[in-house]
Amino acid sequence: MKRIYLDYAATTPTHPEVVKEMLPYFNEVYGNPSSIYQIAQRAKWAVGEAREKVARLINAKAEEIIFTSGGTEADNMTIKGIVFANKRYGNHIVTSKIEHHAVLNACKWFEKQGFKITYISVDKYGMIDLDELRKSLTDKTILISIMHANNEVGTIEPISEIARIAKEKGIYFHTDAVQTVGKVPLDVKELGVDLLSLSGHKLYGPKGVGALYIRKGVKISPLIHGGHHERNKRAGTENVPGIVGLGKACEIAVKEMAAEGRRLKVLRNRLYKGLSERIDEIVLNGHPQDRLPGILNICIKYVEGESMLINLDLEGICASSGSACTSGLLEPSHVLLAMGIPPEVAHGSLRFSLGRDTTEGDVGWVIEVLPPIVEKLRAMSPFGKKVKSDKYRG
Amino acid sequence: MADQWSLYSKKVMEHFQHPRNVGEINNPDGVGHVGNPFCGDIMELYVKVKDNKIVDAKFKTFGCGAAIATSSMITEMVKGKTIEEALRISNRTVAEALDGLPPIKMHCSVLAKDALKAAIDDYLAKKGKKNDH
Repeated sequence: MKRIYLDYAATTPTHPEVVKEMLPYFNEVYGNPSSIYQIAQRAKWAVGEAREKVARLINAKAEEIIFTSGGTEADNMTIKGIVFANKRYGNHIVTSKIEHHAVLNACKWFEKQGFKITYISVDKYGMIDLDELRKSLTDKTILISIMHANNEVGTIEPISEIARIAKEKGIYFHTDAVQTVGKVPLDVKELGVDLLSLSGHKLYGPKGVGALYIRKGVKISPLIHGGHHERNKRAGTENVPGIVGLGKACEIAVKEMAAEGRRLKVLRNRLYKGLSERIDEIVLNGHPQDRLPGILNICIKYVEGESMLINLDLEGICASSGSACTSGLLEPSHVLLAMGIPPEVAHGSLRFSLGRDTTEGDVGWVIEVLPPIVEKLRAMSPFGKKVKSDKYRG
Repeated sequence: MADQWSLYSKKVMEHFQHPRNVGEINNPDGVGHVGNPFCGDIMELYVKVKDNKIVDAKFKTFGCGAAIATSSMITEMVKGKTIEEALRISNRTVAEALDGLPPIKMHCSVLAKDALKAAIDDYLAKKGKKNDH
């Protein structure tokens, strides 16, 4: 059976050119970049090259890039590193209700330590409430962390406006750009952010590698202590093959990103149009315009997400859902709930995220396969009788 | 799909793909509604009782693969059983009959058992009322 992968926002297959670029660094150029002989110096050079490539993609300077083990570490390094280095100036962090758990749970951990955290609301499109954000800032606020684009619904947040507000108040501003780097053009200078997280495996690079952009002059403590790696900001022998792979992925993204974005947007819109013509009571989640080109998040009423995903998997289609049943949690997606979507509707969410290998044929197949799945599950659903559904509405 | 990589057992998948006893019973002797929309599983279970025996059972479920499979399995298991026997069906029995459930899905089997119990309670309450008259 043909596999149709539509979960690129979860992870991407490593680009063949990236794999090719990485291979020599496993068992040919395997030297430790901190050593002095030639295979070590070659490895060190490769890490430097990769740093340049990552920097180029986001218009940063190479020395402003710190390699990490991924987006989660970059987010944790930001929240914890900024707090540890700046806690004498305040004990307040501002973030949003729809952040990735890497940011949310790091903030919640500080909340338990006695820090004050403000979780800014979003509107029905998942867009940050700038007024609420402005009003939440105090002279104790040391960090604002708002994601560039949401990983579930794809809504792109007004980052440069938030940066302007942060700068006025002299507060550090971090953005988790794991979903946007390599997907949409991004310039850290233009955005005006102080810190930015990115991840290798979301842009056709390998898993286990990411980076944190730290604007020159930002005061931050390291999370991992040890040797003098990464300008004393992140100890540990460099993941050379991973870093080389991330660099290559960024180099490819510079070339392909714009055209690929336009292509995905057309396919994504076709998918939504096809599904909404064939399935009734379907809701589009996320901002209608300011949204990542490759993400389609919908709620299909009266059916539960996991049962749709399993049926899709039986047809070879890989997608994801904000239903509680898929995450092992007891509640549906915190993002959809923050957007005001009722829980029983949020359970019926599906996210299709498109990427490099997605074709028109793939989209056509989903449009053909999903409607009968929904019909079958709706026939089984007690919500199918719409009159009765009010009874369960909290 | 390779079975070994499936989240669920073959038996669960079989019941999920071809659920038994989907629907409602007209003039049921007992109905159980359980679950809550926040957790994402809602079950309705209908029973028809004759001479203290469950002669028919049907369900409607909004929920994940495990919720649908356990609903299907419990309605199969309960048919032909007396009320007392039916009340002795535990959630583990249902899960075992499905060759097991992933640990995070065990609550689905609890929900199925609760739905059956609610339907039987409903039947007993109605019967009690009738006997009062």
